[in-house]
Amino acid sequence: MAYVVPKESYNGKVLGVSFGKDSQTLNFGGENTLPFLSFEGEIPAKPVIAFEIQDIPPDDWPETLKAQYAAVSSDPVKWAMHCQNELKAQAIALRLIGTHPDRENRSAQDAAKTVKDVLAAINVPLIILGSNNVEKDASVLVAAAEAASGHNCIIGKAQEGNYKTIVAAALAHNHKLIAMSELDINLAKQLNILITQMGFNKENLITDPMCSALGYGLEYTYSVMERIRLAALMQNDATMQPPIAGDVGMYVWKIKEVSALEAEVPLWGKLEERGVAWEAVTASAMLIAGTNLLIMRHPKAIETVQKVIGELI
Amino acid sequence: MALSGVEIFKLLPKTNCKKCGFPTCLAFAMKLAQAGVELEKCPDVSEEAKRVLGEASAPPIRTFALGIGEKAVKMGGETVLFRHDKKFFNPCALALNLKDTLSDDEIAKLASEVSGSEMERVGQKLRVDAVSIEYASNDSRRYEAVVKLVAEKAPFTAIILVCKDAAAAETAVKAVASRKPLLYGAASDNADAMAAIAKAHKIPLGVCAEGLEALSSLTEKIKSLGVDDMVLDSGAKTAKEIIENNTQIRRSALKKNFKPLGYPIINFVLRADPAVESAIASVAIAKYSSIVVISSIEKWKNLALFTLRQNIYTDPQVPMQVEQKIYKVGEPAPESPLLITTNFSLTYFIVSGEVENSKVPTWLAVMDCEGLSVLTAWAAGKFTAAKISQFIKESGVEGQIGHKELIIPGQVAILSGALEDKLEGWKITVGPREANSIPTFLKQRK
Repeated sequence: MAYVVPKESYNGKVLGVSFGKDSQTLNFGGENTLPFLSFEGEIPAKPVIAFEIQDIPPDDWPETLKAQYAAVSSDPVKWAMHCQNELKAQAIALRLIGTHPDRENRSAQDAAKTVKDVLAAINVPLIILGSNNVEKDASVLVAAAEAASGHNCIIGKAQEGNYKTIVAAALAHNHKLIAMSELDINLAKQLNILITQMGFNKENLITDPMCSALGYGLEYTYSVMERIRLAALMQNDATMQPPIAGDVGMYVWKIKEVSALEAEVPLWGKLEERGVAWEAVTASAMLIAGTNLLIMRHPKAIETVQKVIGELI
Repeated sequence: MALSGVEIFKLLPKTNCKKCGFPTCLAFAMKLAQAGVELEKCPDVSEEAKRVLGEASAPPIRTFALGIGEKAVKMGGETVLFRHDKKFFNPCALALNLKDTLSDDEIAKLASEVSGSEMERVGQKLRVDAVSIEYASNDSRRYEAVVKLVAEKAPFTAIILVCKDAAAAETAVKAVASRKPLLYGAASDNADAMAAIAKAHKIPLGVCAEGLEALSSLTEKIKSLGVDDMVLDSGAKTAKEIIENNTQIRRSALKKNFKPLGYPIINFVLRADPAVESAIASVAIAKYSSIVVISSIEKWKNLALFTLRQNIYTDPQVPMQVEQKIYKVGEPAPESPLLITTNFSLTYFIVSGEVENSKVPTWLAVMDCEGLSVLTAWAAGKFTAAKISQFIKESGVEGQIGHKELIIPGQVAILSGALEDKLEGWKITVGPREANSIPTFLKQRK
């Protein structure tokens, strides 16, 4: 029996998105095949990894992670410059977590100032994330979008409960937009439809089907992402063709496995390495499932996943 | 690939003799197509028909075990490309690679570590399943000694012999034949000799070639030499080669019923940096590998890879569950708060994680709702006032705590009135709707 390469033919393709300005523009997405199967399609861009920084000191991060940024994390501008200049970040994701009512409840104006200051200090592309508080994000992200006008940022996340104002702000200031729904392909599809019905170009949209950490529901995210990709490629479903974002760091760095001391759970081995592996393995699984844009925290985990990407493309 | 009733009919005698118990050959064929009757019921069936039908009914990916006994790892038998289509059945084996040039002390230590690598997660016992012993010394007596040492120090662990020198391989196989080792690797230049060893000792054979075309012709040749159980190495080394070759192998087997590639896959993902190796191993685990050979087994790395393997091989139709009981988060005192939730593992992990983040010691009552999340369990009538009150009364928690206040999930606030009726003397408090509000909620109660 002669071997014949079993190729699939796909009707659709993943949309390409670019963000950032001038020579620093980054592209991701655009492939017309399942993740990394270059024997049957074109993969024009590598997945992108953004370093996450925050507008307030990351008091709730585990010690091993906090220590990576101890010298700079009291000031988002210093933190951003450190990621860009020392850690060679391709992109930065600024999470405005300080605006959450349960945290410092910072105002939308405070957030806008932080965005302006960070943008003035860096030239790599910026992702601007709210605190995931549906009501507060509606005002914070509007102010942030305005402050970043002309910088071709990615803003997010627009959710079912607040997408209208955030979509309007992204439209008005020419930003790309992350639409997030909770681990359900139908909800993801529905939100993308609602957003495009407002006149938002689907080519500026990124789908976040909600990430989950290794051991904490990763298999749900993994399968929802695979199904989104299959719908985009096999069924040519235009509403499922935006590239996929994986907000890995925030889900990984709050679970027990990345903070429990080795003395407490000797079977789990060294804490520092365990945390890095947890983030890197989670991110690698997301890549295989179809993620085009990763948001991560630990420099060593990011370096590790960049090596995986180097092997994959 | 299953044959249709009409295709099967063409292979039958077409005499309508009724000896099979069916009125016509066509009726018998139709029943055969549904796997509702055995072919043996037809006394006049030809050898040719037996062969064709036998092959067509064999699973597209051959199934057999790596190792022996309770800790043997079942491999192959997969039926889908994507886990959401049905499920992935047989979790891949993780194997530690050892060179026979290491000192006896190092080998004994590493083999013991593999043997003691078991940990439990969500009710499953997970471990490094195999040791892969690499023939690097070029000294067959050394190799045999090392193989024996590993077998002794890891008495229940599966053994993979990585040795392309047929003479050295034969000696080693004989030394541990009762353990049914996997012999790796038959290549184009030693296939006859290796196949003879595998056949004589009835052990599976690892077959390696550069690329899938060469690999297919090699497995066909080895099958014709009488070896049925094979493991495939396509020569994939980089993450890209692993995902592309493994995908082509799985697709060929499942979608084209291409028998020469209908076997489990072995991937060697050896890397100098253990974090990078963890990430590359993740690619192999997610994409169809049955044996992932790694170069180190740090505990933190094992935990991450065991967890990924468990996640990928979870049945998407059957939720993972945790045991029903009153869990302690931190060191709760009699006056510490009592929360209740359902036993869907994800619900439990997220709720207990957020309670832990709050740093408020807490009693967490986890109720058996057949692995459904809170809202689903409520909707399905498994998380009702009557069932919750029965669970609380029977759990014995009243003897452990010094108050009678139960905090219920905000999603089922509707239950609070009915619960106060059923649980006499108890105060029912409605907690947050989302787990991420638990820390704020618990801290504010102080």
